[in-house]
Amino acid sequence: MKSAVITFPGSNCDRDMAVALRQVSGRDPLRVWHGDADLPDGLDFIALPGGFSYGDYLRSGAMAANSPIMRSVAAAAARGVPVLGVCNGFQVLTEAGLLPGALMRNARQTFICRTVELRVENAESRFTRAYEPGETIRIPVAHHDGNYYADQTVLDRLEGEGRVAFRYLDNANGSQRDIAGILNEAGNVLGMMPHPERAVEEAHGGTDGRRLFEGALRELVG
Amino acid sequence: MKVRIHVSLKPGVLDPQGRAVHHALEGLGYDGVKDVRIGRQVEMDVADDTGDAALDEMCRRLLANTVIEDYRIEKVGVA
Repeated sequence: MKSAVITFPGSNCDRDMAVALRQVSGRDPLRVWHGDADLPDGLDFIALPGGFSYGDYLRSGAMAANSPIMRSVAAAAARGVPVLGVCNGFQVLTEAGLLPGALMRNARQTFICRTVELRVENAESRFTRAYEPGETIRIPVAHHDGNYYADQTVLDRLEGEGRVAFRYLDNANGSQRDIAGILNEAGNVLGMMPHPERAVEEAHGGTDGRRLFEGALRELVG
Repeated sequence: MKVRIHVSLKPGVLDPQGRAVHHALEGLGYDGVKDVRIGRQVEMDVADDTGDAALDEMCRRLLANTVIEDYRIEKVGVA
C-alpha cells in the first residue's frame, strides 16, 4: 500500500493526514511537494490535506489547483486512483474541475471551528462503505469557505447519482442542500469539508473519521 | 497595455459579504440602497500584443471561477 499526501504552501493538516494514513495502513505515506511535476509511481491513494494553500489568495484552492502536481493528480484520478480532498483539499478539487461546484464564503461570514454531526448519505463508495447508510457521525470542521454551491441541475444530478456522500444535520455554513461531501462520477474522488483525519483516535474526542480511512484502504492494507 | 478584470458573483448567487455591507449602510442611515454586491478587480500590465482570446482564457482558467462568478475585461489603455 503506497499513499501520498500532497503539501502546498500553506497546507497545515498534511501531517495530521499522514498520521491518520499511517495509523490505519501501518505505512508512512510519501510526502509530495506541490511543485513536483510527477507523482511517485504505483500510488494506491492520494490525499489533499486541509489548510490555506497560497493563503487563499484569489479564491480558496484556486492557486493550488493550477500547481504542477495537480496535473498528475488529475491524471491519476482519471486512472481510478482514489483521491481524498479534505477542507482546502476539497476546495482544490473543485477549482481543478475534478469535482463539480464551488466552495464559497460561509453564509454567516464567520470561521466555523467545532465538531458537527453528519449523515452518511452514500454508504457504498469506497470512502464510506465502513459506515451504515443514514448513520450519524461526528467529525470536526474548521473553515471559512465551506459553503457548497452548484446550480440546481448539478445538484439534482449529484443527488440522482448518489454522489452526495455526507450531509450536515445542522448546516452552519449555508451549503446548498446541506452538502458536506461529494463524490465524482466514478466514485474514486471524494471531497469533504469536515476533517476525518482529526477523528481517528480517542484522544481526538471521537473516532468516527477512522472508518473512512479503514473503508478506503480496505483492500490495500495487508 | 493596462487591463482591468472585473470579477463579480453571478446574479442569483448569494453574496453574504454584500448583504452584511448593505445592512451596515442601512445602519448609517442610507435607506435608499437596494442591493450591494461585492466583487474583485484584478489590474494587469500585459504585453501590448496580448490578444482578447488570451485575456479571456486567463479569466476562465484562473482569475474567475465561472461556476459562481462572471467577469468583464476592460482595457484601460496602451502605455
